[in-house]
Amino acid sequence: MSNLLDIDNLTVTFPTNNGPIDVVKGISLSLGRERLGIVGESGSGKSMTGRAILKLIRSPGRVKADRLSFDGIDLLTRRERDMRAIRGARISMVMQDPKFSLNPVMSVGDQIAEAIKTHQRLSPSQVRAKTLAMLKSVRIEDPERVLGLYPHEVSGGMGQRIMIAMMLVPEPDLLIADEPTSALDVSVQAQVLDIIDNLVTSKGMGLILISHDLNLVASYCDRILVMRAGEIVEECAANKLHAAQHPYTKGLLASMPRIDEDREWLPVFERTSGSQT
Amino acid sequence: MGWAVNKNDDTAIAASQTEALSRYFARAVQVGTAFAKFVATIAVTFLGLAALTFFIGRVVPIDPVLAMVGDRASNEVYEAAKIEMGLDRPIPLQFVSYIWDVLNGNFGLSISTRQPVIEDLIRVFPATLEMATLGIIIGIVIGVPMGVTAAAHRGSWLDQVIRTVGLLGYSIPAFWLGLVGLAIFYARLRWTGGPGRIDVFFDGMIPPVTGMLLIDTLIAGEIDVFWNAVSHLVLPATILGFFSLAYIARMTRSFMLDQLSQEYVTTARVKGVPEFFVIWRHAFKPIRIQLITVISLSYAGLLEGSVMIETIFSWPGIGNYLTTALLNADMNAVLGSTLVIGAVFIFINKFSDVMYRILDPRARS
Repeated sequence: MSNLLDIDNLTVTFPTNNGPIDVVKGISLSLGRERLGIVGESGSGKSMTGRAILKLIRSPGRVKADRLSFDGIDLLTRRERDMRAIRGARISMVMQDPKFSLNPVMSVGDQIAEAIKTHQRLSPSQVRAKTLAMLKSVRIEDPERVLGLYPHEVSGGMGQRIMIAMMLVPEPDLLIADEPTSALDVSVQAQVLDIIDNLVTSKGMGLILISHDLNLVASYCDRILVMRAGEIVEECAANKLHAAQHPYTKGLLASMPRIDEDREWLPVFERTSGSQT
Repeated sequence: MGWAVNKNDDTAIAASQTEALSRYFARAVQVGTAFAKFVATIAVTFLGLAALTFFIGRVVPIDPVLAMVGDRASNEVYEAAKIEMGLDRPIPLQFVSYIWDVLNGNFGLSISTRQPVIEDLIRVFPATLEMATLGIIIGIVIGVPMGVTAAAHRGSWLDQVIRTVGLLGYSIPAFWLGLVGLAIFYARLRWTGGPGRIDVFFDGMIPPVTGMLLIDTLIAGEIDVFWNAVSHLVLPATILGFFSLAYIARMTRSFMLDQLSQEYVTTARVKGVPEFFVIWRHAFKPIRIQLITVISLSYAGLLEGSVMIETIFSWPGIGNYLTTALLNADMNAVLGSTLVIGAVFIFINKFSDVMYRILDPRARS
């Protein structure tokens, strides 16, 4: 079976005043039509991995890899111009905070319609019908009203559902969700993830869910990668997370409070030595 | 209105009609109040401006009576002139009558031109307006795309060239550029007209309607004169345009750089939107309101009259007029010009306020 995504030895480098720094250090992964979770703390390189797949790392950042292929297409040799046919249409990405990731001066309807019109030639009424249907599928009850709203007029949860609608409307094969619920209230996080999960599963898409929340990733993904300082330190099935081997993963798990326990202090990482805890 | 279904249809329709009517009425009241507020703020600002110019005019150590009668007049003549000019009355009373005169379009007589100031202003302001408008159009049409291009190709040779042009616009003195321009394009190449708004030969041929020669010549149907006026206007307007272009391009570039690092620009790229639309639709649209502020200020600055350019090109504009009036202690002319310039600033400010609301959904509601 051919994989949806194959990454071999991916490195992302940024120049700094103290010489180049690798934020992603030669990671390899492959993905079928499944749900993969990438977890890690801030700066572990998980978001950069997501952006590198879409070739969104802009100069002066550099991306190197032995292999970066999507559905048999070699993304490494694709020029910017050809990448546009893949972005949105084949691989899409939901970003963290709808407050910043939706354009403040374009109406919701226009932004979703743009995602459709970029990849398909449809009449205005077809575009409108498709937009409305998509908004309905992310459980927005009154799509006609929402079409004419601007991003500052909608709540965070609604904004993220609009974002999901916009990213899924061209029916991509792979969705990268980069911390899709970190900016949202806890009460709507599950709602938004359920919507992503439903759409991804029903359409048989691949999903990469990037998050720092181990529990959340464990309950929505089939497989989990744990990243730290640009490297993958652990890979396991989501239901085997409790049996994780790597000390870092164990540390992460141990630092989560549980409601049925009675610990005074939560353990923290010892970072002074620079070695892995 | 779920309850209406159970009632008689007529009542329901009547009720919904009344409701619609009262909604329209409420909306009309809302718009009316907003408009009244708008007019009131303009009126108050204008009154403040008039008060400021009036009192500054009274404080400066210039005796308008002396300027009128000359320093060899006898005491009786001086006193008579003072009473005739109304300057013996208390200052608040003078202010009220000054406002009354201004409202009636009477700005008094100019000492240097021996004409009513209002007539002078009607003559000189359109000359400046014509030049400034053409200048700002050049500045916008070239400056904005330059700034956007520079930002989109940050760090490339194109960016360097555009930034250098901007720096030149900041640092070259206006009079030098004016003189060199005249020496090359008028004296040597004969591509443009020389100083003045029009060749002496055509002077007085065109009946003034708007005071702007480009429009008046077309109204009169004198195409030859129109082209002559264009040839005189093109050089000073281009030089003014170059200065505002430098400023506009620089500001556009920095606004755009800020926009291009925004998350929603990345969103647009993720959607697969072509780079041209990423730049002009997603990054440029949000900066329009900031640009309007920049452009308004720079246009208002041009309308104040560029004294240097007007002097070098013998342009009978408001900058020239105001400078001459100041040097001659011609207070009526100074106050009149100041009021006009102030009014221009108020108007342009209000205009950009309105544009804000049209262009930015966040400023509405």
